[in-house]
Amino acid sequence: MSTQGLSELDLQKAGVRGINQTLQGLAKNTNQRHWLVRNPMGQHAIAVGLDAPLHVEVHGHVGFYCGGMNKESEIIIHGHAGVGVAENMMSGLVWVKGNASESAGATGNGGLLVIDGDASSRCGISMKGIDIVVGGSVGHMSAFMAQRGNLVVCGDAGEALGDSIYEARLYVKGKAHGLGADCIEKEMRAEHLEDLAKLLERAKRKERPQDFRRYGSARKLYNFDVDHADAY
Amino acid sequence: MDSNIPHTLPRKSATFDDYTLSEIRRAAQTGIYDIRGAGAKRKLPHFDDLLFLGASMSRYPLEGYREKCGTNVVLGTRFAKKPIELKIPITIAGMSFGSLSANAKEALGRGASAAGTSTTTGDGGMTPEERGQSKHLVYQYLPSRYGMNPDDLRKADAIEVVIGQGAKPGGGGMLLGQKISDRVAAMRCLPKGIDQRSACRHPDWTGPDDLEIKIQELREITNWEKPIYIKVGGARPYYDVALAVKAGADVVVVDGMQGGTAATQEVFIEHVGQPTLACIRPAVKALQELGMHRKVQLIVSGGIRNGADVAKALALGADAVAIGTAALVALGDNDPAYEEEYRALGTTAGAYDDWHEGKDPAGITTQDPALMQRLDPVKAGRRLYNYLKVMTLEAQTIARANGKSHVHNLEPEDLVALTIEAAAMAQVPLAGTSWIPGKQPF
Repeated sequence: MSTQGLSELDLQKAGVRGINQTLQGLAKNTNQRHWLVRNPMGQHAIAVGLDAPLHVEVHGHVGFYCGGMNKESEIIIHGHAGVGVAENMMSGLVWVKGNASESAGATGNGGLLVIDGDASSRCGISMKGIDIVVGGSVGHMSAFMAQRGNLVVCGDAGEALGDSIYEARLYVKGKAHGLGADCIEKEMRAEHLEDLAKLLERAKRKERPQDFRRYGSARKLYNFDVDHADAY
Repeated sequence: MDSNIPHTLPRKSATFDDYTLSEIRRAAQTGIYDIRGAGAKRKLPHFDDLLFLGASMSRYPLEGYREKCGTNVVLGTRFAKKPIELKIPITIAGMSFGSLSANAKEALGRGASAAGTSTTTGDGGMTPEERGQSKHLVYQYLPSRYGMNPDDLRKADAIEVVIGQGAKPGGGGMLLGQKISDRVAAMRCLPKGIDQRSACRHPDWTGPDDLEIKIQELREITNWEKPIYIKVGGARPYYDVALAVKAGADVVVVDGMQGGTAATQEVFIEHVGQPTLACIRPAVKALQELGMHRKVQLIVSGGIRNGADVAKALALGADAVAIGTAALVALGDNDPAYEEEYRALGTTAGAYDDWHEGKDPAGITTQDPALMQRLDPVKAGRRLYNYLKVMTLEAQTIARANGKSHVHNLEPEDLVALTIEAAAMAQVPLAGTSWIPGKQPF
């Protein structure tokens, strides 16, 4: 791909601190919006806490928490991502071109996380409004205690999907290998097909919305009832 | 019945006492475990079981009203660019908006700031009221991440990563639906009126190696400025503190089982975790062995009530203490002035602990607008300020009597224990002997 017009940062030279200081130090109205990070070397906490409409391309694999607490920035990872990619994202976009490890998009409040490959366990754990589109499959306990937002899985979902889920919406094209406590399959209505189509389009996916199933909360555990205690 | 035959008096079982019987009946009727607020209520070895020796022939006391006795403490000197300097070694423990009213949070901020100390957010995020009124605000980073956002993180003066708390080490939280007002629901991104469960483990890290990376991320987001605390419940203080140091903490907070909670199971509060007194020496030992005592600061909480407790915790090696329950009492919690209303709730002033129900007559542990209005945050803040000042004066009185020009100069050698249990836990001699159980034979 062309890297013309991008300002370059070499993590091997600048270190994680140097990269973050540069990117966090840019004003919201900066015209130096396009950045390329070379040699990420699987380091942790790369491009965290960004708070401006930047476009950051990371060439290589990243460790834990890349894009953590992102606001407004677009962060493209040309490689695999470690634990907690885009954790607690507020807005913007994080796009993993490879696979992602555990807890991708954990507790995210907003923005879009796209993972072209697979995501490991606990994808979308405690999500609070983020949208997540996974091109491959997700591991066990994904969307655990998911509060709000959408998780789209184009492959399969591991065991205990949506355990103790609140109001988040889950869409799975492949097989869900077991649903967690209080998670049930729900009717796919027109509004859901419409939402799903938009999410797939934003993630540049070719799948058809009508091929997905929708899962969500049965809302039986919302207020404690002794007769539901065995559901946990 | 032959009145000439002597009768034994009715005898109640020590095992099946009245409280136990009432609990069995309650459980049988409702089918749910008892949930309540506050910390352990059972009798435990505590600071009352320790005494200071005072000065005499071999130690010189300081003049009470003339010679200085310092009380300041600096927290976060290890890595943070901006450590916190407090005037007094007594901080306000984390308590959430949601479990507490906005007025109560504001009052805590006002009282603490006036006294020159810090207050702490809780599970539910940071409110403008407490940020506005708190000179030093510690922002808790909890498993639920309710209300967590990078803007508030940067507004904080320190970050406290909560692993556990003394009332329920290993437990998550629960805010029952009746306290979920529109504002609380919005801050937590959940519908109104439903029970809000808080997870017991963090969603994106497991174990001390991961925590080290998590702390790196938090430091990167906040430009390495903020002191980072790690708070643990009184479970395995020696190992927990050592691992917290390894994970990169600036400050470690150890909360014993008398430390309060907004709501959890009674069985959890009373049967899991160790007394505060049993936690301090193992925590200090871990710091000393790592060469980190006084470099990574130790805050102790759980049942601190007066200046003597403060002085004893410091003498055992803590750098500061935190108060929660006592601070609420200073604001007006469980005040006998509301006795009639407490009785209507089936309890009495001093015993009210159904904080999760949101019906607090004192307007503290509630989201009910009418009840909340009963707590004037200015007046309540003043009461907290007064109380903090009294505790500080008391701790200074004791320190001077032991010949110390700073409360941090108090040491275990200034203490004896009244019971063998307390002597073993605090590792100070049983009064009148030189015996420290576990250290040498009697």
